[in-house]
Amino acid sequence: MARTNTLQEEQALGAATGIASRIAVTLRINGRDHPILVEPRRTLLDALRHDLTMTGTKKVCDMGNCGACTVSVDGQAMYACLLLAVDCDGREITTIEGVAKGNVLDPLQEAFVEHDAFQCGFCTPGQIMNLRVFLDQHDDPTDEQIERAVTGNLCRCGAYPNIAKAARRAVELRAAQRHAGSTRSGDR
Amino acid sequence: MALRISQQGTGEETEVEVVEEDHLQSWPKGAPLAVVGKGHPRLEGNEKVTGRARYSYDVRLPGQLYAKVLRSPHPHARIDRIDTAAAEQLPGVYAVLSSANVPDIAWYDESALFDTTLRMIGDEVAAVAAESEEIAEDALRLIEVTYTLLPFVTDLEAALRPGAPKVWAGGNITEEPKIYDRGDAEAGLSEAEVVIDEVYTTAVALHNSLEPHGCTAAWEGEHLTLWDSTQSVYTVRQEVTEALDLPEHRVRVIKEHMGGGFGAKQISWKHDVLAALLSRQAGRPVQLMLDREAENLAVGNRPSTRQRVRLGARRDGTLTAILAELAQARGAYLTGGEASDVSGMYQTLYRCPNVHTEETPVYINAGPAVAFRAPGHVESAFALEQTMDQLARALDMDPVELRRRNYAEIDQTQDKPYSLPEGLRLCYDRLTEAIGWATYERPEPIGPKRRGIGFAAHDWGGGSGHPPGYAWIELNSDGTADVVTGTQDIGTGTRTGLAQIAAEELGLPLDRIAFHLGDTGTGPYAPVSSGSATQATIGPAIRVAAAEVKAQLFQVASTILEIPAERLTARDGRILVDGDISRAVPIEDITGQIAPHTLHGRGARGPNPSDKAVKTFGAQFVELEVDVETGEVILQRIVTAHDIGRIVNPTIVDSQVIGGITQGIGFALTEERVIDHRLGLVLNPNLEDYYVPTIADVPPITHVHVDVPDTEANPTGAKGVGEPPLVPTAPAIANAIFDAVGIRIRSSPMSRDRILTGLAESINREPRVDA
Repeated sequence: MARTNTLQEEQALGAATGIASRIAVTLRINGRDHPILVEPRRTLLDALRHDLTMTGTKKVCDMGNCGACTVSVDGQAMYACLLLAVDCDGREITTIEGVAKGNVLDPLQEAFVEHDAFQCGFCTPGQIMNLRVFLDQHDDPTDEQIERAVTGNLCRCGAYPNIAKAARRAVELRAAQRHAGSTRSGDR
Repeated sequence: MALRISQQGTGEETEVEVVEEDHLQSWPKGAPLAVVGKGHPRLEGNEKVTGRARYSYDVRLPGQLYAKVLRSPHPHARIDRIDTAAAEQLPGVYAVLSSANVPDIAWYDESALFDTTLRMIGDEVAAVAAESEEIAEDALRLIEVTYTLLPFVTDLEAALRPGAPKVWAGGNITEEPKIYDRGDAEAGLSEAEVVIDEVYTTAVALHNSLEPHGCTAAWEGEHLTLWDSTQSVYTVRQEVTEALDLPEHRVRVIKEHMGGGFGAKQISWKHDVLAALLSRQAGRPVQLMLDREAENLAVGNRPSTRQRVRLGARRDGTLTAILAELAQARGAYLTGGEASDVSGMYQTLYRCPNVHTEETPVYINAGPAVAFRAPGHVESAFALEQTMDQLARALDMDPVELRRRNYAEIDQTQDKPYSLPEGLRLCYDRLTEAIGWATYERPEPIGPKRRGIGFAAHDWGGGSGHPPGYAWIELNSDGTADVVTGTQDIGTGTRTGLAQIAAEELGLPLDRIAFHLGDTGTGPYAPVSSGSATQATIGPAIRVAAAEVKAQLFQVASTILEIPAERLTARDGRILVDGDISRAVPIEDITGQIAPHTLHGRGARGPNPSDKAVKTFGAQFVELEVDVETGEVILQRIVTAHDIGRIVNPTIVDSQVIGGITQGIGFALTEERVIDHRLGLVLNPNLEDYYVPTIADVPPITHVHVDVPDTEANPTGAKGVGEPPLVPTAPAIANAIFDAVGIRIRSSPMSRDRILTGLAESINREPRVDA
């Protein structure tokens, strides 16, 4: 079993080599590979925000209480503050930056704007990433399921009723999109 | 315009008149407006849902370092020795600051940026800037500090006892109690036929904005730029220049988007100066954002209160006396900003000839209090509005009727009529109608779940606007416009609401407006975003600027079209002659002929009316269930009405109302900073153990729009909505709990623990009778 270096050893190593205490990982984010060197203790959240300057994912509690840093990892909603970057090598990560296609919003994003599902917007990337994974897994959720899905995402401005409305609207928009998609493929 | 001038040294204030007017007539009631009154989506919506909105926390500059602060682990201590040598030698560390190497910079009362006496857990001991947050944290662990521990007190009531440990040498009472008297309150009590006398306490609540306090500082030569998460770029500029002895034109403060403030970011905190000093020493930009624990320990809270309330009334409900003896825990230091006015509502909400209030601010060895959304009024409403409910029951009177009988049409503290004297009455009318109060029947209990309904009212001194404030508008040659002001959007929708004012007056569609704010380097002065004042302060200034631009536009159009300017109007991007849509000329056809010249307008906010008092009012009903087996409160529905003047954007106003009530629910039921008073330790400075409401805690909320323009208040008729909605929520919940199960919870939060205790104590008492 690997022994954890003491702080002094780590420093000595770092001082001697500059980067020896860092580990090479390749983060696959929004369909693109990002090879970076990170300290083993660096969280996925800090790797996104610091190493990759992808600041759309927000840091709020940094201990898994608030949901603001939610990203999709291998199709599951996860707190980026509770994952180490070194554990995410090669995993399929989607962040808020990967949701819109250029300036074209995803139906969920569109619904958030339409229903005023945020005020300050700091929790919004986490709300959207969480709901997006949820809606990928639930085509026709009940109101209770929607509410349960975002119970872990805190919004201090209190946009909750509008977040629920936006989620219901997104269900409709996504259904229409699927319908349009299947009609098109049926025509071929 | 009256500007306040503080005389240096004497502390005396004088007023000086500056001639500036927002001379426009108010848009009349019922005027057909094109943009104002419509629920346009937020202008910055796309940026916020795509993660592209750049908050202060998201600033990334070349070579940027990250700072961390070592904070006092003791509630009261003296630093005997501090050794930062090991931290300074750690690779990746660029700057270490502490009392050992920073000259005295005055801060808080008689304290300093780095004081060698620490008066609370969370006080700043040292600060480090390093290549990464992790290295900065390593460096903090290498700083050696020897402390001498001093006696401490962290409880409001304990701090007032004789012989209590002293937070400051001068004692624990921060200043002379604020005393207000009108008539003879004691005499009013003796002439009363019914007297209620109760004591309430409210807990410390923590703002918990999701974006913490913090900033990024960068020097270019002698010029400092701060990207700060602040409610007031101009306040930060002034306070930082004072602390660092810099000229104001060399400091620029920028805030584009902000993840919430709720009052706590309305002053400059130590991090602004620390980041600037660290950056200067390191020769690199430095970002210093607080972590959640520091956020909850050191940069503001809603103070705890103890309130003894006495009401005297005649049998017909007429109030003869209101007395309130109030204490509030200010923490270890006095901060600036909006005062926490616990006394105010006792003096003004109800007509009463005999009022006495006395308010004592108290030091304790814990984080300093600062304004938190309707500071003081949330606390006093909890006590006053429960006492009114109790009085109504003692008189066997409808609780709304009791309030109507004591209706105040004037501000009794200033002896001035309100700008909209029927404002609160309209709230009562619309609200009782919406809920069907005249024929309201309480649903039957279901199993252990008892149903109840509660009512509460409030007033609030905010929402009136805080002149002065300024705006500029450029009408571009293609018929688009840039609006510039030094105010800030702290997440409330300010950009959108203000842009709607510009679009309305200019006669442009909203998508032709670009809105620029939050930058002392580009925008004209605007005050702090507090007191629900921004829309009412800057809206009129923008309208004046737009009117000035429009007058110039009409002059140009008049020459080109050979039609007198008086016959021109603008709407939806076109200039109309005699209001005739068939003779409309696109604005860009006119402005295009003077390209690249743009038309420039300036606007100032005129003074508030001198002969009227401008306030906001509101009232709320809460329906709920109390589970008598578990003590759980299950909110069913909240219906609310507010006099906030004209509603500029109903969608955004509804969001503000829902958001305010949501924080009111937290204050009422779950939010409490818990301190172990034996250790002085805050047990829940995080979002795990400090319970802010989740989606599951919020019932359906109906906002009944009053939407009557307050034409006396300012030329837009709009007042503010940020703070009012949460003021009546907690007492309405408390009154509904009483209605459901017959127990009074006189301490916030009304936790299950307190409800179960109350239920247990009430078993031997008659139901529905106050103790």
